[in-house]
Amino acid sequence: MKYVLLICDDETVSPSNEELAADPVHQAWAADLDRRGAKLVGARLRPVVDATTVRVRDGETLVSDGPFAETKDFVGGFVIIECADLDEAIEIAAGHPYARWGGVEVRPVWE
Amino acid sequence: MTAPDHRAREAVAAAFRDEWGQVVATLIGLTGDWDLAEECAQEAFTAALVSWQRDGVPRRPGAWLTTAARNRATDRLRRDTTGAAKLRELTVLARVPDEPVVQEIPDEQLRLIFTCCHPAVPFPARVALTLRTLAGLSTAEIARAFLTTEPTMAQRLVRAKRKIKEAGIPYRVPPVEDLPQRLAAVLAVLYLIFNEGYDEECAERSARRALTAEAIRLARLLVRLMPREPEPRGLLALMLLHEARRATRTDDGVLVALEDQDRSRWDQPLIDEGVAVLDQALAMRRVGPYQVQAAIAACHATAPDAAGTDWPQIAILYAELARLAPSPVVDLNRAVAVAMTDGIPAGLALVDELTASGLLDGYHLLPATRADLLRRDGRAAEARSAYEEALELAPTEPERRYLRGRLGEL
Repeated sequence: MKYVLLICDDETVSPSNEELAADPVHQAWAADLDRRGAKLVGARLRPVVDATTVRVRDGETLVSDGPFAETKDFVGGFVIIECADLDEAIEIAAGHPYARWGGVEVRPVWE
Repeated sequence: MTAPDHRAREAVAAAFRDEWGQVVATLIGLTGDWDLAEECAQEAFTAALVSWQRDGVPRRPGAWLTTAARNRATDRLRRDTTGAAKLRELTVLARVPDEPVVQEIPDEQLRLIFTCCHPAVPFPARVALTLRTLAGLSTAEIARAFLTTEPTMAQRLVRAKRKIKEAGIPYRVPPVEDLPQRLAAVLAVLYLIFNEGYDEECAERSARRALTAEAIRLARLLVRLMPREPEPRGLLALMLLHEARRATRTDDGVLVALEDQDRSRWDQPLIDEGVAVLDQALAMRRVGPYQVQAAIAACHATAPDAAGTDWPQIAILYAELARLAPSPVVDLNRAVAVAMTDGIPAGLALVDELTASGLLDGYHLLPATRADLLRRDGRAAEARSAYEEALELAPTEPERRYLRGRLGEL
């Protein structure tokens, strides 16, 4: 069985990667994951200001700034892709079936 | 100041106006770093002032500035020792040719416009970034034009540039299938820049006056860069036709209605050019909202007097505009044209429908339009209360003065 954990906060606190790595609570959590052998893939995402949402309506691709935030929406899955730039990511996102009724939020991974 | 000094200063000022966008665009193309590009362009213009006073103005100022800015960028990247910068250095050095820069610069500027206006960039930042990178307006000037503080505007610009970098927004013109949506965003930004300059509250706000000129310059650039697209021509025509009437729009700080403007003071060469550009656009037979708005503006600008305005034609054009780009504001304008064509009751019926819909609640031109139609129909008491309602909502002093004037006449 596989699980995806979506780590959420309101971004009022945004520690650097170094601060996170030095945080004893975070270290303990990571050590626990290691001990269980549970971690498959994980990445920190850039903040929501760097997000782009892609929706397709009547065959037309609508690109907008920021996350697709409506209270009844939920995250149904995620895919990690590697491609040249945001425009290619938008092309790929626009091909996903969920883009036709929900939306696909494209978030750059913090590398 | 000696004569050569003066000539050099003027040449640098002219080059700043004409070449800033090109120099920055080329540097972004070479380095991929927006901040570095701007800083090196600024240094090149500073160096030009010294060098041109000493050695005379070069034959091709744009090429001189681009080469100077490029050399600075190369030096800076060489000195920079971090790993990421090293990588950039390699790309830059590999791509910089030894011979003088080839002038395929219009493409770079087109890339810059489309990158600034990418739909993933927050909308207010698109406008600010376009003015900053293509027109070289300072952060303070942009902040003043948009009635906000310099730190707020600076933050907006930093965020936009950061998003372009962090989200991997490419520096290029989008592929053909994405052009309609992207071009619409670019045109919307240019028209917003124009309107910011056009809706000036007081004449002394000179930064705003420069905005209409800058929007027209960018629209001309877009027309040259995309000669087969009709809508950039439509937008350019629309701006030229509005600009031609700008001097007569206010009189001593009071808004002057179109029908009362002094037509002999309209800028005839601008009107002629606007009509000619519109004809070129319409000849492509792909009509769009900017072409229709320009056609409406042309009807007004070419009417011999207010009474000779072709209202039936304008009513048809507004119906077409409502189909292409539906909005309650378009419906309100159509109501006026219908009133002038089919009689005031027909127009008032449309205005009442709009009022009932609630879509324009709080919009001062709704009661102002209603008041105007009632006044023309001789219904003074009803007109008075509608003018009073509009006066409460009017956002600018010239408009309030105009409405008070109308009230006084009743």
